[in-house]
Amino acid sequence: MSKQQKERESLFSPRYRKLIRNPLSIENPITVQVLGICSALAVTTKLKPAFVMALSVTVVVALANVVISLLRNGIPPRIRIIVQLTVVAALVILVDQVLKAFVYDVSKQLSVFVGLIITNCILMGRLEAFAMANKPWPAFLDGIGNGLGYSWILIALGFFRELFGNGTLWGYRIIPQSFYEAGYSNNGLLILPPAALILVGTIIWIQRSRNRSLIEEY
Amino acid sequence: MQESINIFIKSIFIDNMIFAYFLGMCSYLAVSKSVKTAVGLGIAVIFVQVITVPVNYLLNKYMLTPGALTWISPQLADVDLNFLSFIMFIAVIASIVQLVEMIIEKFSPALYNSLGIFLPLIAVNCAILGGSLFMQEWEFENFGQTVAFGLGSGIGWALAIIAIAAIREKIRYSAIPGPLRGLGISFILTGLMAIAFMSFLGIKL
Repeated sequence: MSKQQKERESLFSPRYRKLIRNPLSIENPITVQVLGICSALAVTTKLKPAFVMALSVTVVVALANVVISLLRNGIPPRIRIIVQLTVVAALVILVDQVLKAFVYDVSKQLSVFVGLIITNCILMGRLEAFAMANKPWPAFLDGIGNGLGYSWILIALGFFRELFGNGTLWGYRIIPQSFYEAGYSNNGLLILPPAALILVGTIIWIQRSRNRSLIEEY
Repeated sequence: MQESINIFIKSIFIDNMIFAYFLGMCSYLAVSKSVKTAVGLGIAVIFVQVITVPVNYLLNKYMLTPGALTWISPQLADVDLNFLSFIMFIAVIASIVQLVEMIIEKFSPALYNSLGIFLPLIAVNCAILGGSLFMQEWEFENFGQTVAFGLGSGIGWALAIIAIAAIREKIRYSAIPGPLRGLGISFILTGLMAIAFMSFLGIKL
């Protein structure tokens, strides 16, 4: 596989920009492709773990896409899932060790969900659908795009759940004490697991009302 | 023994893989359009979960925890292979799924035909790897408890997917706002079911 492309495209040609832009909206991994939902819901009670998780997944998707795309011509089709899992698991071990070293408290909060990045469907989905058939650079962009599409949903969820469930953001108090004295109280439901599901349902609802082409037929 | 039963009940209802931890949501949403396929996938998950969780428990106990290798030689007492656990677990899961697929194909072609496409998918179902990681994190005391946990969490997952599939079959006849159709309403339904399952909180034998 030669790295020199026959027809040279600039690094950010319209086709490549689309790879980043589409996953943010009309091909969003969570709300449209239905990938990687497990972790999106479980780690978003607070903004900080949600942000760390989003960053980790983006890094892993982008790197895994590049590695698999480099290896794509050498992987025997029959064992490709195992090869993909091994590459991803190695990257996730790296991320896990980095998190443990630098943000130990967040890594404790995320508990098993860092490990679960391995089976995060975004990874397998993108590796299968994109990296196996494309060159490293577009694969990298696709990984970044999907990582960001995943990230903004996570951060939005984390933002709303922490702000209205706890009255804080990133651990700092946002809603002042005087509000509580005047009778305001936190919405305890938002901290609980079911609220995450209902919030994602609402995001999907809003997105599809704005973009009618995404509406499902039965 | 009582502790094992307690873990079993708890992992079905309280620590339900879907409603409390959202594990295996991808296949839960993708394969819940009809009850028949949901039952098939549910059974396959129970099957794989019951085998992988205890196997990974043994692997964890005799290979991965710090000092676990002393059964080979006392010199290995300070070897800590814990950082390898992700890759070991996923390798075990992928190979067991493959093995289960071959065994079912040989002994029950009818079951194989109905599960066929789902079996390979199970290797990347978060509920399976999640079960093994929770097993590692919650530090079960003995082998029996891990079997109870594997069985319970598998059944809990199957219960959830069969329930949502039944609801989705019925809801086809309801007038749902267009943008909410399909994925959106499934999320909200799952949320409502999760609220219902929270009423089991605090049950203890």
